[in-house]
Amino acid sequence: MTPLGLYEPGTSLLHRAPAGPSLLVLLVFAAGTVAVADPWLLAAACGLVALGFVVARIPWRRVRPLLRTLLLVLVLVGGIQWWLLGPDRALVIALRLVAAIGAASLFTLTTRVDDLVSAVQRALGPLRRFGVDPEAVGLLVGLTIQSVGTLSGIAGQVRAAAKARGAGGSVTAFAVPFMVRTLRHADALGEALVARGWGEGGTDDEGGAADKNGAADESGAVDESGAVDEDDSTDGDESGRSPRRPTGAA
Amino acid sequence: MIEFTGVGHRYGERTVLDGVDLTLPERRVALIGSNGSGKSTLARTVNGLVTPTAGSVRVDGRDPARQGSAVRRRVGFVFSDPDSQIVMPTAVEDVAFSLRRTVRNHAERTRRATEVLTEFGLGDHVEHPAHQLSGGQKQLLALCSVLVLDPDVLVCDEPTTLLDLRNKRAFAQRLAGLRQQVLLATHDLDLLDGFDRVVVLDEGRVVADDEPGPAVAFYRKICAA
Repeated sequence: MTPLGLYEPGTSLLHRAPAGPSLLVLLVFAAGTVAVADPWLLAAACGLVALGFVVARIPWRRVRPLLRTLLLVLVLVGGIQWWLLGPDRALVIALRLVAAIGAASLFTLTTRVDDLVSAVQRALGPLRRFGVDPEAVGLLVGLTIQSVGTLSGIAGQVRAAAKARGAGGSVTAFAVPFMVRTLRHADALGEALVARGWGEGGTDDEGGAADKNGAADESGAVDESGAVDEDDSTDGDESGRSPRRPTGAA
Repeated sequence: MIEFTGVGHRYGERTVLDGVDLTLPERRVALIGSNGSGKSTLARTVNGLVTPTAGSVRVDGRDPARQGSAVRRRVGFVFSDPDSQIVMPTAVEDVAFSLRRTVRNHAERTRRATEVLTEFGLGDHVEHPAHQLSGGQKQLLALCSVLVLDPDVLVCDEPTTLLDLRNKRAFAQRLAGLRQQVLLATHDLDLLDGFDRVVVLDEGRVVADDEPGPAVAFYRKICAA
């Protein structure tokens, strides 16, 4: 159960809208819901979001879990606000939440993360001269959205495991494995990103001279054909293999 | 060609690799051994995910510890858990993500990603949420995300651990057809058909190094002892 939905393929107007302007509209809309305190205007904003779901032709199977989550948030947050601040303020806050979460979900359902990352990178390009790394920020935005679904999945599995052990109501039985698995996932993801060429500087210690098809770097070990210099193959036999250990000899 | 010269590695007090000397020019090489034998650590040294505390590693003459970027452009890595390797929400976005640094044009990235996914039988799942694919499809997706960069070497660390028999066979078939040099760390002995060379590790040391038949027989023997 996650308030932000993964991309739902489609060809609607919202799907075809460029990611950058869409994100800008979302930010302005979210800021607007915070600035406005009139419940009628906020209700209209909620109606606009609902209309967006219709225009984008988001299938009911994707809308249903979102509504469930919103309902839960409304009961919890709205209830507390009602108790603390009274019904009028509670209504305003609840409507703000529905409008903002609904709009954010609509945005993620109709915008590819890949497009969003590209848009962020383009927008931040001019800031490169001030030390901002647009690629890293774009990746961060993409991973943040992606992690919502991932963490939600981990939480579901941990909750099920706790229930299976008869500890469904225990905070410890949920929190400890959830944190351990989340940290492990973060470790593994970091390792995978490095393996895919991210999370490292663009240059190597020896000047980053070598590209995939490039010629020899400072070590001078490889020529363009990929052959190994004689100096570097001291322990190979004529075929270039290392001498094998007979299987019975260890 | 992958070369290990006196490679050793310690995690704190624990020695996981101890004086590994190997030169691997073959196209299909497997590292086998029981849990904790050091095969995953050795595989990770090939693209610099682990820097050995002793000795050196060379991939086509380059040192992963000092020339990480250059080596990682040549060496693709497939992990045992594809969920940790998938970065983007949909299959096509995840494969295209690999191309971000080399292909500026978005449409071209998408085209190439779709092409690779189709080649690997995932053409019907291009827009599918990546984390909702089956285990086998996810592992194929992880493979596509690596192969779209056309590396020269592919390192796979227990890639079939989470797969059922059918998906395992499908994955093995895909591996067999690749042009790349493959270094496979596994304890799944069924994957070794067609391999040129199998290195058996035990307690961080190479204890056998042979063709699959004799190497596997030796591994079974030390496991039974």
